[in-house]
Amino acid sequence: MMPFIVEWLWSDALVWLLVVAAIGFALYTRRHPHLRAPWARVARSASGMAAATVLAAFVLVGLMDSLHYRAALPQQGGKTAYATEVRSLLDRVLEPLRLTREKTYSAPLATHLYAKETVQLQDGTEARVFPRLRHGGAHLKDPQADWCLDVAMKAFRGLTFGLLLWFVVAIGICAAVARGRDAGIEMVWRDAWAGRTEVPWRAVFCALGLLCILIGPVAALAPYYHVLGTDKVGQDVLYQALKSIRTGLVIGTLATLVMLPFALVLGLMAGYFKGWVDDLIQYLYTTLSSIPGVLLIAAAVLMMQVYIENHAELFPTTEIRADVRLLALCVILGVTSWTGLCRLLRGEALKLREMEYIQAAHAFGVSHWRVMMRHITPNVMHIVMIALVMDFSGLVLAEAVLSYVGVGVDPSMISFGTMINSARLEMAREPMVWWSLAAAFVFMLTLVLAANLFADAVRDAFDPRLIVGGRS
Amino acid sequence: MTAYITRRLIYGLFVLVGVNVFTFALFFFVNSPDDMARAQLGAKRVTPEAVAKWKHERGYDKPLFLNEKSTGVAKLTDTVFFEKSAKLFVFEFGASDQGRNIGYDISTRMWPSLAVQLPAFIIGLLVYISFALLMAFFRATYLDFWGVVLCVLMMSISGLFYIIGGQFVFGKLWNLVPISGYDTGFDAIKFLALPVLIGVISGIGSSARWYRTIFLEEISKDYVRTARAKGLSETRVLFRHVLQNAMIPILTGVVVVIPLLFMGALITESFFGIPGLGSYTIDAISQQDFAIVRVMVFLGSVLYIIGLILTDISYTLVDPRVRFS
Repeated sequence: MMPFIVEWLWSDALVWLLVVAAIGFALYTRRHPHLRAPWARVARSASGMAAATVLAAFVLVGLMDSLHYRAALPQQGGKTAYATEVRSLLDRVLEPLRLTREKTYSAPLATHLYAKETVQLQDGTEARVFPRLRHGGAHLKDPQADWCLDVAMKAFRGLTFGLLLWFVVAIGICAAVARGRDAGIEMVWRDAWAGRTEVPWRAVFCALGLLCILIGPVAALAPYYHVLGTDKVGQDVLYQALKSIRTGLVIGTLATLVMLPFALVLGLMAGYFKGWVDDLIQYLYTTLSSIPGVLLIAAAVLMMQVYIENHAELFPTTEIRADVRLLALCVILGVTSWTGLCRLLRGEALKLREMEYIQAAHAFGVSHWRVMMRHITPNVMHIVMIALVMDFSGLVLAEAVLSYVGVGVDPSMISFGTMINSARLEMAREPMVWWSLAAAFVFMLTLVLAANLFADAVRDAFDPRLIVGGRS
Repeated sequence: MTAYITRRLIYGLFVLVGVNVFTFALFFFVNSPDDMARAQLGAKRVTPEAVAKWKHERGYDKPLFLNEKSTGVAKLTDTVFFEKSAKLFVFEFGASDQGRNIGYDISTRMWPSLAVQLPAFIIGLLVYISFALLMAFFRATYLDFWGVVLCVLMMSISGLFYIIGGQFVFGKLWNLVPISGYDTGFDAIKFLALPVLIGVISGIGSSARWYRTIFLEEISKDYVRTARAKGLSETRVLFRHVLQNAMIPILTGVVVVIPLLFMGALITESFFGIPGLGSYTIDAISQQDFAIVRVMVFLGSVLYIIGLILTDISYTLVDPRVRFS
């Protein structure tokens, strides 16, 4: 028997399809110098490479959360049954966080609950005390005396491991570079820190170092404490924050993926054919873009909700329902946001169709379809690439707002939006519960900031106006 | 020029027809009125009689496009499409699914929305342009660099955090303003100060950066070099020449949103408890009141199209090239 069966949710399949496509695209790009050139410019940008390092860490977490399985239950009568719950690889790794539920709020690294409770003392009297947590710091005999030293020791050990890991990875990168250049590792290491390498490895090392310094202590403390505290129902906040990453990444990437074919096909057709095709497509996108974005999304999501409620039989489990809702949200976001890129591509196609090489293609009798595929599409790819990376951060931010309005992801799905939504009322509590919001804030800011910086680097590298003008 | 504006108006009307048909399809084809009735009534209370009653009270039991039972014009008018969609063109919004008069609600609730949005818009524009001009004036210095860093950082923060943080700092920590609520007359100022301030701050990142790009693009043009060669001071070049010419691209983005200020800001109003159209929409969404959402979608498009036409008109005013072509 198998210890588990792999469960492909729809979004998982699409995410992995995207990964395969990205790898294929990367391999294709590698072999073509003219495609490689802009990416080489991206690789020369220090902020871009640092942002890419951070993004890679987020993507790693997101991908781990996109491998779902159902575990086998203990055998009963020779037949293997599988759990109904769908878990991801990330859930498995974070098992200590997921299973250690407390009763309610507890502060980061706390050993006691955040609210007083009436407990019966041994002599029969009752008292209002802060009870000990079931899991957080449960290994301490005397929390008051031991806590400080224990936390410091564990954090220090984690820090040491983090730095060690950082050093190993950094040396590994240097070794790889050294092999390509036929130079000594030590020399590459020194060049990298002096900023003499073509790719700004110093920025990558700094970003990597910062990540390791943060992750090390957190990973060392997480099995024993709730590093970022627990929320109202006692769930670990760090676990929620890590799970939110996948939701944000899926929305940011799949929505643009849905938008892309609409924008590309319609935009190029409008610019290339002109005449009534252009009029029709222009009318279409003016109409769609004249509806304020949030309202259009809200209306579409409301309709989707009604559909899901009335067809409950199509969605057997909560996970599947939440997943379908997530996908539907991506589709809606994509369908409502193609107009901007479409307009840009139309303008570019209008310009390109008058170029001499297109005229030459016409003269040779190349069909319209082939002209568009072979001669126009490759020449608008820089616009597409810039739009793809620029839209990502906006979509991650939009998810939070939409979830607040009530038209975002399924309430059972952990996302930055649902985290903020459930945490915002806690600010009014006395004493205040700040850690849920702080965690969502830090994770979201890091993800969006990294995405924005990377997008800027990509734009600077791909935009021909900026390259020719020599400005940045 | 009149012919140009008329043409734009007629086109706008066509777009509105498209919006109308699109929303109608979205609301009545994806789900039947029966589905909506079931969703509204909740799973427990659904009986065929209750669904029929719900539909009849709200006029959803008529045929969609063609009423065979009626005679004459009523064949077309006594339908869901005419009653619920076509009447929007004469601003007859009808009743919400909860039975309230939407037209009356909108006419009372748009003023609080405007009271927040208009000051935020004007102050915001001044702040963003000044900040962008400052960065452009000190371009390629540390001030410019850290200004851009600040902008990127600020645009990476979700709008929700600005509101939550603002309420916490100004409302709870410093006790300067009430956290939420609304009042009429001059008392409204203390309720409006914080939403306006946060509205301005949350827009700084993206707007100031965008305007800076526009200014820099303008500064690198030939006429600026000529102006400098004539011996004009940098300040004069920036304020007399660059600012004036940069207004054209800025107008594109700015004029179009002016009519939409009536619609209010969804999140801000709901956080601050301001009884405007934004919170109205949010309430409608959370109560699944489809009639209100439908009206707001239409109203939003009307205002957007008015904004587009205003943009066209303002172009003819500021750009002689458009005026004479």
